[in-house]
Amino acid sequence: MTDALTGGSAVDRTRNEVVVTGIGLITPIGTGTLGFWSALMKGKSGAGPISAFDASGFSTQIASEVNDFDPSDYMPAREVGRTDRFAQMAIGAASLAWEEASGSKLSVSPERIGVVIGSGIGGLSTIEKEHKAFLNGGPRRVSPFMVPRLMPNAAAAAVAMKLGLHGPNYAPASACATGAHAVGEATRFIREGITDVMLAGGSEAALTPLSVSAFARMGALSTRNDEPARASRPFDAGRDGFVFGEGAGVLVLENRRVAEGRGARILAQVAGYGASADAYHVTQPDPEGKGAALAMRMALADADARPEDVDYVNAHGTSTPYNDRIETLAIKNALGQESKRIPISSTKSQLGHLLGAAGAVEAAVCALSIEHGIIPGTINLEEDDPDCDLDYVGDGPRDGAIQVALSNSFGFGGQNACLVLRAV
Amino acid sequence: MDEKRNQILETMRTQLSERGIEGDKVQFDATLAQDLGLDSLDTVEMTLGLEESFGIEIPDSDLENVATVGDAVDLIQRKLAVGA
Repeated sequence: MTDALTGGSAVDRTRNEVVVTGIGLITPIGTGTLGFWSALMKGKSGAGPISAFDASGFSTQIASEVNDFDPSDYMPAREVGRTDRFAQMAIGAASLAWEEASGSKLSVSPERIGVVIGSGIGGLSTIEKEHKAFLNGGPRRVSPFMVPRLMPNAAAAAVAMKLGLHGPNYAPASACATGAHAVGEATRFIREGITDVMLAGGSEAALTPLSVSAFARMGALSTRNDEPARASRPFDAGRDGFVFGEGAGVLVLENRRVAEGRGARILAQVAGYGASADAYHVTQPDPEGKGAALAMRMALADADARPEDVDYVNAHGTSTPYNDRIETLAIKNALGQESKRIPISSTKSQLGHLLGAAGAVEAAVCALSIEHGIIPGTINLEEDDPDCDLDYVGDGPRDGAIQVALSNSFGFGGQNACLVLRAV
Repeated sequence: MDEKRNQILETMRTQLSERGIEGDKVQFDATLAQDLGLDSLDTVEMTLGLEESFGIEIPDSDLENVATVGDAVDLIQRKLAVGA
């Protein structure tokens, strides 16, 4: 299996190892690593009635919003006015991660520090606002900042400008897998020796009347409006869709030699990355989860790890009827008999679905789980679904040393990205 | 006349302060590019706000000769006079 996935050649053990030295999180359950982890351990839900706009009359009236984010904590007022909320959150998360990694003390040339931060959707609220101005006042009423505010690569650009980083810089876009692709792609730059340090992650702030309407029309969103905290229930028989979320997650990735050389605090290693396509349907997963399983196998092969080595799976676990059933199949397919032993949880039960930010936040969850030796739980798991018959850690966080964690992310478009994080 | 000019200046100050530019920098002789640090996009955005506040239309071609805050104030004043 390993041979087929690596083109017949074994993993190159001389390549640069990549470690996580800083994490920045802006999420519906907390900002900053400490606040986030404490809320995650308490089983806190970030969901509530939508406050961003008047959602009465919408089939879905709940979301997982970030209510305590003030962009001026991270950037001058002038930059606030020039950026969309998704880019502001990315700057916030990148600033927190950079601070945690003591990035300002790095003696690495800015040319060898890059940024890969993506967004599933980009600046949708900007588009809606300017479209309104256009309809009301014609072409001349459209802001000249519309394009630089809305473009999905604005976040990565803004982070580079703020920190003065000249290395490779772009934004992957793979819907709900964006954050995981970003971490995986950034890892490759360091492995290949192109850069020594990368800021990698995802950001999403697309909670608008239009997007909630659109996702609702797809039947993707939970309509459990009366009980927002119980609406995201991955792997539970009563799940009825995901809870729309917003937020950002950025990781500082570093060449292990550089990190050790400067005595940096190392949280975990990014040991493996697998990416695949279902090539099946634009929104429905492959019925057997073949693409998802392939990405998991690729990530494990890349990490030179076997299913027996895996101590924790952070599932994509969106709480849609489809995803959780097919992901269960895919995990069984990829991990075989071991799938019954391995604790699996979906932190989307607490966070909601952060779309393009989800994969990065969940990679951070894996790094923190490894550091703390605790497996986060899946909240709201109350009624068994016969199609979801693995160990989803429904009884709250669980103590357990983690050597190897697998993080799954699957995007609309059938685009899958899996990461393996390992204890250092 | 001077009162009107000061009134326009105050409006510009308010709008620019919302964009993070300190009010005391916004003087008649201040240049938009060097002193206030406005780029071409900022200038277009500022014009949009001024058009709205004063109910006038400023064609892009008129902006070519606007280098200072005073130039902008004069331009607005001329547009207001035409409209009156």
